[in-house]
Amino acid sequence: MTVQEDHHGAEVAVRTEKRWAIISVLIIILLAVLAAFAGIHRATMPQARVETIDPTRLHVSGEFVESNLGSMLESNGTVTVRAIGQQYSFTPACLLVPAQTPITLRATSADVVHGILIQATNVNAMLVPGYVSEQFMRFEKTGDYLMPCQEFCSFGHEGMWGKVKVIDKAAFAERAKNGGRLSCVGE
Amino acid sequence: MLENRKLILAHFWLAFAAFGLALLMGAWQMFVRSPLYTWISNPEWYYRSLTAHGTVMGYVFPTLVAMGFGYAITESALKQRLVGVRWAWVGFWLIVTGSIMAMVPVALGRASVLYTFYPPLIGNAFYYIGVVLVVVGSWIWVALMSINLRVWRRTHPGEPVPLAMFANVAGSYLWAWTAVGAALELLLQIIPVALGWRTTIDAGLARVFFSWTLHAIVYFWLMPTYIAYYTIVPRAIGGRLYSDTMGRIAFILFLVVAMPIGIHHTFADPQVGAGFKFIHSAFTALVALPTLLTVFTICASVEIAARLRGGRGPFGWIPALPWRNPIMLAVAFSFVLLGFGGAGGLINMSYQLDSAVHNTQWITGHFHLIFGGAIVIMYFAIAYDLWPHLTGRALPSLKLVRTQLWLWFVGMIVTTFPWHWVGILGMPRRMAYYDYADPAIAPQAFSVTLSAIGAFILLISGLLFLFILATAHRQPASEASEYRFSLPIHPVRSVPLALNTFAIWVALMIGLTITNYGYPILTLAARSDTSVPAVYVGAQ
Repeated sequence: MTVQEDHHGAEVAVRTEKRWAIISVLIIILLAVLAAFAGIHRATMPQARVETIDPTRLHVSGEFVESNLGSMLESNGTVTVRAIGQQYSFTPACLLVPAQTPITLRATSADVVHGILIQATNVNAMLVPGYVSEQFMRFEKTGDYLMPCQEFCSFGHEGMWGKVKVIDKAAFAERAKNGGRLSCVGE
Repeated sequence: MLENRKLILAHFWLAFAAFGLALLMGAWQMFVRSPLYTWISNPEWYYRSLTAHGTVMGYVFPTLVAMGFGYAITESALKQRLVGVRWAWVGFWLIVTGSIMAMVPVALGRASVLYTFYPPLIGNAFYYIGVVLVVVGSWIWVALMSINLRVWRRTHPGEPVPLAMFANVAGSYLWAWTAVGAALELLLQIIPVALGWRTTIDAGLARVFFSWTLHAIVYFWLMPTYIAYYTIVPRAIGGRLYSDTMGRIAFILFLVVAMPIGIHHTFADPQVGAGFKFIHSAFTALVALPTLLTVFTICASVEIAARLRGGRGPFGWIPALPWRNPIMLAVAFSFVLLGFGGAGGLINMSYQLDSAVHNTQWITGHFHLIFGGAIVIMYFAIAYDLWPHLTGRALPSLKLVRTQLWLWFVGMIVTTFPWHWVGILGMPRRMAYYDYADPAIAPQAFSVTLSAIGAFILLISGLLFLFILATAHRQPASEASEYRFSLPIHPVRSVPLALNTFAIWVALMIGLTITNYGYPILTLAARSDTSVPAVYVGAQ
C-alpha cells in the first residue's frame, strides 16, 4: 500500500463515519420529537407544579383528613380521588371510580416514600412525604385492578397492595348523589 | 510493562470475590420470591440481602474493576511506572474498610434501606459512612489517574494521549463528578440524621441529589467496557481499530452528556416540575449518540479483522471471524445485550412510555440487562485478557472460558426477558414475595419461575469464572509478551488539542450539570416546609 492509497482510504473511512454520525443524530432528533409529540397529542404530561404538604398534620386538618379521603363527584361531572399511603397500606385501600369519566387522583404519603401503580394501566406516581402527587386518569371499561405500592417502604412493602374498582358511570352517580366520599373498602 | 501486578490483582480479586457473593445473594433473592419457593420466609431477610446485593454490585464491584483496569492501563498504555503506588494502596484499603463497615450493619438488619438509601428511611450511620469511605478510596484513584497523565505529558509534550488512557481518565473524571450528588445527599442530609444530630430530612431534595449520581454512575460502570471495545477487542481478534478519533469523541460525549440527564429517574416524582423533566428527557436521548457511534466503529473494526482473515461479501465476512476466540464471543454477546438493553433505555427515556413501566420489574430487567449483560460480560473479557499478563501464566482452558461466556449470555436472556415481561404486566419492584394464588398475579408466575432459573444459570457461570481465574494461578509459568492495545488502521500522528485534553469538556460537564440541576436543587433547598420526620430502620 502506498502512502497515497493510504491517504485515500483514510478519506473514505472518514466520509463513511460522518454519514453514520449524521444518521445517528437524525435518529435521536426523531426520538425526541416523537416523545414530545406523544406528550402533547395524548396529553400525557408530568404534573406541572410542585405542591407541598406537612405529613405530620395530614390527619389533623386540610385536604387529606380522613373524612375527605376517597372519591368525590365534582359539580362539573369529573371525579376527584384523594388517598394517602403509609406503612403499609393505602387509605382508602380500595378506590371506587366511575368508567368513562375524567378523574384526578391526588395522593401523598404520611411517612416514607411510597408509590402508587394501577396494574394494566399507565397510572403511576411516586408518593414522597412533604409533597402532593397529582395524576389524571380515565378508565374506559368497568373492572377490578390491583394497586400495589411500587416503591420500597421498609419491611412490610410486599404486603402493601390496594385495589381499584371501576363501576358503571350511572351506578357511581347514584351512590354519589348524597355527597360524601366514596370507596369500595370491604366490598 | 505491568510493574504493579500485585496492586492490580488485589483490585480485581476483591472485585470478583465481592461479585461472587453478591451474585449468590441475587440468585437466592430470585428464588425466594418466585413460585419455586413455597415455604414461609421472613421478608426482612430479603431486604437485607437486597441492600447488600445492590451496594456491592453498584458501588464496590464496578469501582474496583475500573480502578484495577485503570492502573493496568496507566502502566501499559503510557509505558511508565505508576506514580503514587502508596496512595493507590491507601485507596484500596479505604475501600476494604468502607465495604466491611457498610456490610456489618446491613447483615445485622440495621440498614435495610437499599443501595438507593430512600430517606426518610434512615439506617445505621456506619452503613452510610462505609459507602462514603468506598467513594473516597475511589477518588484517590481519580487523582492518581490525573497525576499520572500529567507526568506523562511532561515527557511527551504535544503527543496524542493513547486512546486507552484518554478514555480511562475521562471515565475517572466522570466518576469524580457524578459521585458528588450522592456525596452531598449523604454528607448534608442523611448522615447528620443517622447520627441523631437532626431528626427531619427533605426526602424530595434527597431524591434529586441521588438522581445526579444514579444515572451517570451507569456510564462509569460502562467505561471499562467501552475501553475494552475500542482498545482490546480489535487487537485480540487480529484486526485494527477503525477510528481513533471517533473513540475520543464518544468518550468526550459520555463525559459531557451522561451527567445532566438524571432527573429522568424522577419522572413520576412530585417534587420536580414538568419543564426540567422534559429537558432531562431530551438530554437522555442525546446520550444514545456515543453508543450509536461506538456500535458503528466497533462493527467496522471487527469487519476489518474478518477481511484480513479472508472474509468476503457484504455479510460473508461474519463467519470468517475468530469465533473460538473468547474476546470475539464476549463482544458479540455484549453487543446483543446492549442492543436490547439500549432499546429498553430509549423506552424509559420518554415520560409517556415510562409511566407504563416506572418502578415495575421492567426497570429491574432493564438495568440487569445493561449492567449484568452488556457491561459485566466485558469485565470478564478484560480479566481473561489481562490475566496471563498479571499472573505470568496462561489461562487453563479456552473451552471452559467459552462455556462460561455462553452460560452468562444465555442466563442473562433467560433472566431478564421474562423480567421485562412481568414489568409490562405491572409487577412492582423490590417485594420479598408475591401472592401467586391471586388470580391477577397468577399469570406472572411462569415468567418469574423462568427468571429464577436464569439466575441459577448466571450463578453457575459466575462461579465458573472465579474457578477459571483461580486455577490460572496454578498453571505452569509462561512468559507473557508485553501488554498492548489495539492500533488504529490509520496511524494517529496528531490529534486536535480539544481531543487530547479535558479542560473544556470538564468545564462543559460541570456547566451543564449546574444549568440542568441548579434550579431544581436550589428551589427545594430554599424551602423550609419540605423537611419530614426521619423513620429509623431496625431501631425497635
